[in-house]
Amino acid sequence: MIYYTILFYVFAVLAVATAFYVVFAKNVIHSAFALFGTLFAVAGLFVLLNADFIAITQIMVYVGGILVLMIFGVMLTTKIADIDIHTKNLNRIPAILFSTGITVILIFILFTTKWNIKPQVQNQETVSQIGKLMLTTYLLPFEIASIVLLVALVGSAMYARKTK
Amino acid sequence: MPEWLIDILITLTKIVIVEGVILTAVAYSVYAERRVSAFTQNRIGPNRVGPAGLLQPLVDVVKLLMKEDIVPAKANRLVHALAPGISILVALSTFAVIPFGDKILLAGREIKLQIADVNIGILYILALVSLGVYGVTLSGWSSNSKYSLLGGLRSSAQMISYELSMGLAVLGVILINGSFELDTIVQNQFGWKWNIILQPIGFLTFLVSAFAETNRTPFDLPEAEQELVGGYHTEYSSMKFAMFFLAEYANVIVASSVITTLYLGGWQFPYLQTFGLPDMLVSILQVLAFCGKVFLMVLFFIWVRWTIPRFRYDQLMNLGWKAMLPLALANLVLTAIILTLFKT
Repeated sequence: MIYYTILFYVFAVLAVATAFYVVFAKNVIHSAFALFGTLFAVAGLFVLLNADFIAITQIMVYVGGILVLMIFGVMLTTKIADIDIHTKNLNRIPAILFSTGITVILIFILFTTKWNIKPQVQNQETVSQIGKLMLTTYLLPFEIASIVLLVALVGSAMYARKTK
Repeated sequence: MPEWLIDILITLTKIVIVEGVILTAVAYSVYAERRVSAFTQNRIGPNRVGPAGLLQPLVDVVKLLMKEDIVPAKANRLVHALAPGISILVALSTFAVIPFGDKILLAGREIKLQIADVNIGILYILALVSLGVYGVTLSGWSSNSKYSLLGGLRSSAQMISYELSMGLAVLGVILINGSFELDTIVQNQFGWKWNIILQPIGFLTFLVSAFAETNRTPFDLPEAEQELVGGYHTEYSSMKFAMFFLAEYANVIVASSVITTLYLGGWQFPYLQTFGLPDMLVSILQVLAFCGKVFLMVLFFIWVRWTIPRFRYDQLMNLGWKAMLPLALANLVLTAIILTLFKT
């Protein structure tokens, strides 16, 4: 049990520290790297919660897909001659108001929710259960998400095709 | 000794043995590649160091270790050093979930011949495959050279495109077995019920995608010598270059093992149980069967490399998106329909 707690704090500290670095790094590529660490640490937290499927999906989708595309974009936009493109801060006051608002809401939810604490269960196969839930109880959100993705796909194909 | 310590020791022993075998196999697949290519082109190949040139890989490793390590002046040093490490780490850690044999009984203790039996083994492999693109992309970007960058860009596009058809091809196997566990998938391929017979289209799409993911000919555009000098590893030398080289062959071996596990019956040896051999011998023969199948797949990789010319970039993308992806999708739908209609 003690190992569990130690691992939890290792992953938690790693996630928060790298997330800070993502925001404060001057070099975009360094930010992307730090994001790599954040996403991995969150995947580690999912593993600790016995949510192995979500952990692997997190790595596949975010680390293997989205982050690669982001780095890809950075590589294409930077000139080959100089490797440093810098980030700077814009609209500080609205950003501060907005993020404080979100923080307050999150803390409020954290303390008012009645957390459902269960004893630790044996690691069991989650994939089939998730699949069943997605196609029965949560069918509507699942379908809405797929329509959103389809629209995005059609839209990007529209932009990408050659104009005649 | 406490129970948990024994468990850790067993796992560590398995890791050391498996990784040792793989690294040796990597060195010798380079040798095999050189000999087979020589045979294909009617040459002799390396035959000076040791009997029939068998010590050549060891000498090559020493040579690469002694070479000067040159980093381009304007390179991003940290990323430049990190990229080969990522490549080799991803290649070697994929082997953790591959079952290379059934159980063996040793001193009254049942030992599974697989390093980690996770119940989402296939997803673990796909996740690691999707990480493989980092080594290539980052090395291309950090070298600060146009050839490296172009090689890196090409490879990211190629690997992302073929990951899709790879994942979809695997879904057919998952549908048949109803499990993500590689051990279960191998157990189900008992006798001649290999997935290559049940899933011929899936096997074909997976095989082609595996060639693209490992950056081997006919899909070796990221390092096309005639256009890009050396591609993403143009600016690498000494051991860092060797690590990319090792990663490429490790990837070939891992891809062969994954194909063997998913489609060629893994460690199953048809009709072996009918001979009435002692259990220990059966286990050893099964491990040897696995090694033999992997060896044949590696030979196939080499054979294709020295037979088929390289694709053009638009051909590669057309094949990936317009042929492989629809084929994999059709295979998935077909498998699902057949399973719904005929599953008893």
